[in-house]
Amino acid sequence: MTEPDESRSGRIDGIVITPPRGLGTVDLAELWRFRELIGFLALRDVKVRYKQAALGVSWAVLQPLLTMVVFSVLFGFLMGAEGKPTVEGVPYAVSTFCALVPWQLFATALSFSGNSIVQNQNLVTKVYFPRLVLPIAPIIAALVDFGAAFAVLLLMMLAYGIVPGAAIALLPFFVVLALATALAVSLWLSALNALYRDVRYALPFLTQLWFFVTPCVYTTASVLGEAPPWAHWLYAANPMVGVVEGFRWALIGGPAPATGALLASSIAVVVLLVGGAIYFRRMERVFADWV
Amino acid sequence: MRPPIIRVEELSKRFTLGETRSGNLRESLVGAAAALLGRTRRQHAAPDELWALRDVSFEVAEGEVLGIIGANGAGKSTLLRILSRITTPTGGRAEIRGRVASLLEVGTGFHPELTGRENVRLNGAILGMGRREIAQRFDEIVDFAGIEAFLDTPVKRYSSGMRMRLAFAVAAHLEPEILIIDEVLAVGDVAFQQRCLGKMSEVAHSGRTVLFVSHNMAAVEGLCDRALLLDRGQVAARGDVRSVIAEYLARAAVGPTPDGPIARSADGGLEVTTIELVDRDDLPLGAVQSGRSFSLRLDLACAAPLRRIGIQLAVNDALGARVAVLSSAVAGAESDLQPGTHRVQCLVRELPLVPGAYTLELKVLAGSECLLFERRAAPLLVEGGDFFGTGRLPPEGWGGRCLLHQSWSIESAKSDAESPA
Repeated sequence: MTEPDESRSGRIDGIVITPPRGLGTVDLAELWRFRELIGFLALRDVKVRYKQAALGVSWAVLQPLLTMVVFSVLFGFLMGAEGKPTVEGVPYAVSTFCALVPWQLFATALSFSGNSIVQNQNLVTKVYFPRLVLPIAPIIAALVDFGAAFAVLLLMMLAYGIVPGAAIALLPFFVVLALATALAVSLWLSALNALYRDVRYALPFLTQLWFFVTPCVYTTASVLGEAPPWAHWLYAANPMVGVVEGFRWALIGGPAPATGALLASSIAVVVLLVGGAIYFRRMERVFADWV
Repeated sequence: MRPPIIRVEELSKRFTLGETRSGNLRESLVGAAAALLGRTRRQHAAPDELWALRDVSFEVAEGEVLGIIGANGAGKSTLLRILSRITTPTGGRAEIRGRVASLLEVGTGFHPELTGRENVRLNGAILGMGRREIAQRFDEIVDFAGIEAFLDTPVKRYSSGMRMRLAFAVAAHLEPEILIIDEVLAVGDVAFQQRCLGKMSEVAHSGRTVLFVSHNMAAVEGLCDRALLLDRGQVAARGDVRSVIAEYLARAAVGPTPDGPIARSADGGLEVTTIELVDRDDLPLGAVQSGRSFSLRLDLACAAPLRRIGIQLAVNDALGARVAVLSSAVAGAESDLQPGTHRVQCLVRELPLVPGAYTLELKVLAGSECLLFERRAAPLLVEGGDFFGTGRLPPEGWGGRCLLHQSWSIESAKSDAESPA
């Protein structure tokens, strides 16, 4: 659609506007020039999210904490205090909270990013900037909530005397994997959402289903212990399985995620991400007319 | 000679109406798959197609201040949106050599929960200013908006006027090579409007290229040297701002012209066949600018001689309230008519009406007997114009129906001057 002519030191000196043709391409250089806007929009999301909420950012901690308490009590009744699905040698509360923290990061990022184009339609119809900025900013903003919840997780580990091993060095990888998964799905959904509002209603439902097929309130071993290998592979197709089990491995000494499965889901995420970016870039041409 | 800073060639934009609503999800999934594969669905020449722009071509020289005018739906906003890269054209191309900032709305991206300070930064970033640029101009912006005291108050507690002032202040401090502006002057209180207009002409005269869309003809005439008239998606006129505005007024919707006579007397002996607005050169006008002189021209036909005929044209506003009456009897122009057709002309000097849509009510009297009456004989469309000769018009929000010529003087008493308070 537009070809920036950057003849002078990276600055746009001229543009040619023509009808869009072919596949969308992602102009990373332009996106980089708009990094400050991403920062400002993320900052706006963070500041606005808990304005006029008495508990403020505590919500970021309360949500996973209360979920953990509910399931702890539920599984306590169902399976008895000793039978709860947890990582060996770690209390259920810690094992579950450790999984809920990255899950919450993913779910928050997905919900804000998936609605980003619709939420910002006043911008989309009035100002030019690379539209990719919109789904990216809430992903960054979700990290703030994550930081608060993660601090509580560390305190909880401290209270139970759990010390992470060397695997903690790989924790950032799992954070990035969670964010990449959220962004990959959001690129598809936010673009689709601009055209079909069905997405807005489907999104919370999708997130809920995804939550139950991800081993947050239980562990992979507790459901797949005796299952054949293909079931493990199928299960690992969900990248959030790798993220959640990766967190448990890196922080509280859970079983190491299978490298092959992790690699497969990483590749799946990258494919989904690239495809999503191309789809998004293609659909953004009609955002302003259709949103 | 330098190449034009903006060159638009045969730019077209087609909208397919109703597609969003009518498409079902399955259909669109198939469509999306096809779209992803790079195959655009061929649109058959559907009846619900609309060409918002059709083969629009023009050039803008560096430093030119171009007004873009036209009736609602003429394609002005679509043109600005394409040049601002908000939406894409269906055909043609546009070349732009320079950094563009577009201001299609004041306060885009303002968030009510954020403070004034935060919104200035956010809005600046949205409009394309860098962090450093915003920091440099921050004080200037706050000063221009006059909201220092409320910098750390959430914008939702601002009055709408304050919000507008702050928003305009941010926008006014953009420094692009090309500025695209759509109808942003109608904001804020009068004092602030004057400052906005002042700032705008400062921008316009600083050598920057400006594209300016407005319905306020006085503002267009005051700011722009050249203008482009769009009519139903096509360029209808281009050139000197005055001649293009004249062309626009001539084309402005006259309303449906009935085939038969406008009004007829009860016995059929008298007909009024046309009522027209014409300018001094007898050229028909679709609308009149405030402050301009024009004539109302009526064609009558009568079958028998009529005595002491008086013609009354009442100007009613959109709500039906009487604003003024033009009467040949009052003006001392009662006359006798012989059978045949007659042309009646009434000159109105420096029309003192505020912009709006009025209707003309027609009455023809013979002495005191009413021969003919038509409540809505013809529309009278009044556009903003330079009534006061200052390039300024009272803003729409001011109310009022008429414009009065005025001259002001302020004298200070000696004692006051010697002891300033």
